[in-house]
Amino acid sequence: MNARLLPLLATLVIFLVAYAICYAQYPAMLSTRVIGNLLTDNAFLGIVAVGMTFVIISGGIDLSVGSVIAFSGVFIAVMLRDTGLHPAVVFALLLMLTTLFGAAMGGVIHFLEMPPFIVTLAGMFLARGMAYVLSIDSVPITHEFYEILQRSYWLMPGKGRLTLIGGMMLIVFIAGIMLAHRTRFGTNVYAVGGGVQTAQLMGVPVGRTTIGIYALSGFLAGLAGIVFSIYTSAGYSLATVGVELDAIAAVVIGGTLLTGGSGFVAGTLIGVLIMGLIQTYIIFDGTLSSWWTKILIGLLLFAFIVLQKGLVWTTGKRRMAGG
Amino acid sequence: MSVFKLFLRRIMPQLITLALVVGLIAIMFPGFFDISIANGRLYGSPIDILNRGAPVALLAIGMTLVIATGGIDLSVGAVMAICGAMAAWGITEGYGLGLTLMMALAAGLACGLWNGLLVAVLGIQPIVATLILMVAGRGIAQLITEGAILTFNHEGLIFFGSGSLFTIPTPIIIAIVTGALVTLIVRRSALGMLIEAIGINLRASTLAGVNTRVLLIAVYMASGLCAALAGVIAAADIRGADANNAGLWLELDAILAVVIGGTSLLGGRFSLIASLIGALIIQAINTGILLSGFPPEFNLIIKAVIILVILVLQSPTIRTMVIFLSPAPVSAAETEKQAVNQ
Repeated sequence: MNARLLPLLATLVIFLVAYAICYAQYPAMLSTRVIGNLLTDNAFLGIVAVGMTFVIISGGIDLSVGSVIAFSGVFIAVMLRDTGLHPAVVFALLLMLTTLFGAAMGGVIHFLEMPPFIVTLAGMFLARGMAYVLSIDSVPITHEFYEILQRSYWLMPGKGRLTLIGGMMLIVFIAGIMLAHRTRFGTNVYAVGGGVQTAQLMGVPVGRTTIGIYALSGFLAGLAGIVFSIYTSAGYSLATVGVELDAIAAVVIGGTLLTGGSGFVAGTLIGVLIMGLIQTYIIFDGTLSSWWTKILIGLLLFAFIVLQKGLVWTTGKRRMAGG
Repeated sequence: MSVFKLFLRRIMPQLITLALVVGLIAIMFPGFFDISIANGRLYGSPIDILNRGAPVALLAIGMTLVIATGGIDLSVGAVMAICGAMAAWGITEGYGLGLTLMMALAAGLACGLWNGLLVAVLGIQPIVATLILMVAGRGIAQLITEGAILTFNHEGLIFFGSGSLFTIPTPIIIAIVTGALVTLIVRRSALGMLIEAIGINLRASTLAGVNTRVLLIAVYMASGLCAALAGVIAAADIRGADANNAGLWLELDAILAVVIGGTSLLGGRFSLIASLIGALIIQAINTGILLSGFPPEFNLIIKAVIILVILVLQSPTIRTMVIFLSPAPVSAAETEKQAVNQ
């Protein structure tokens, strides 16, 4: 069996076992209502985690996504409040803006040859600062178009609601899987993650790919911002602090190697669902305190990193790349 | 060139930046340099900058060592929260000041040991290894405080946050003493050079006989200890342990301070003094924005612009270009040095 599939398989097994344990204690966990809510509540995290998967497969990291989501929410809310533009136009404007923002970060990373960590840290400060400048207060969104978006859902068998944003997340995941495994761009991303120099020698357009990766992450962060604004009906500059960490955690739990070059978008979906499941379980239980979520996610992270480490050692295929 | 001149040249860009920032504030806010003594303690904006900057300065000391080894410690903010919670818990449980401080510092050392083991023994990338504690740390801190903000009224512990010694606020003294001690230890022994060696090439230093494993663990433990000190100060300052907000995002400020101090994120040469000045620059900007009546929202944007400028100055591409464009080979070496120094 392919050793690369092992982390993905481990993630899947852990998810199924965890769900089985939850189901044994609370049979209602298996109802489509719970599943629908699981998808809706984690929609923005899932979308942003798809972009993060590409970034991490390429061997980089994007710390700016949480701030970009907050900026998107505030931007939409302020634009809808102050101008007569239709939300669809605002969405298009926003996605253009965040894509360009991501592309600019990718450009800085490639042309200045600086670590993605510090470049996207600057991006994180910049996006959060812009959100503050637009508005410090939470700006409510009251537009009939938003109500239509919030009310549209598909009633699953068992009265569970697959909301528009939950469905959107699934579509983004499918598109992400296609992009990763069925396009030249996807292959290039894996090649860059495997080793920049090797990729360059093979004729991979490293610069274009790097810029594309961060542009994609910026685009998806913008999309997640739209989804988050639909989810909360407001734009708040202090929202989604630390979402970048949740996204990175979901990607790692999903079996993507943080050294780059190996990973699956589908694994990230399971990673997001595992994190959502922990939260759902804590809500169902009612006596556990919320901080157990953080500790459990930390433990899961640790377990997966050690597992990956073991795999890397046993297969001996790759050496640890520095930084 | 004498050693002192070299040293001065190394920290000159940071000193000039600090002078510029302070000068700008002083122009916009004429009463800036007024320092008064009240209740046996110094008061005034410059003292305020030093006092508020102390936690970040402490974190920057540990962070400089970690970054010099080519690593990074993302967990310091969470470790601050854990140690602050530990201190508050100890004092409210009535363990006495000495034991409480020991417990808080031991918690910091334990966190550092954990990070160090992951990095040095398991060989996990530092950014990932410390991410674990960054995510789980606040949960652990909440576990200690049981989700509430633990408040205390113990004068001895509060002294570390808002007390003063010889009219100087305690946090400043702790930061200066720690900085001086660490500088002495790493620069008066071969430790500093060995740390730089690890940052430049881990494998080569191992082969050359450096005990890289122990040294890496020690560096992360030093970072944990610095974070513990900062955590105790932060908790003592507000007379309570806030597991959610203590040290929130301070790891980023500490990394920024080190980067402003000219230590490369890729590891290698480091300067503790320059990092400390970097921490002061950050705090001076924070205070300056508050004093000058600018909306505090601009704070983050200014930080982002600073990082961008430093990125351009540190970039290998730009450096190559500078060397390429400079007229003679002799001065090329000089410009490279300047680019490195900035």
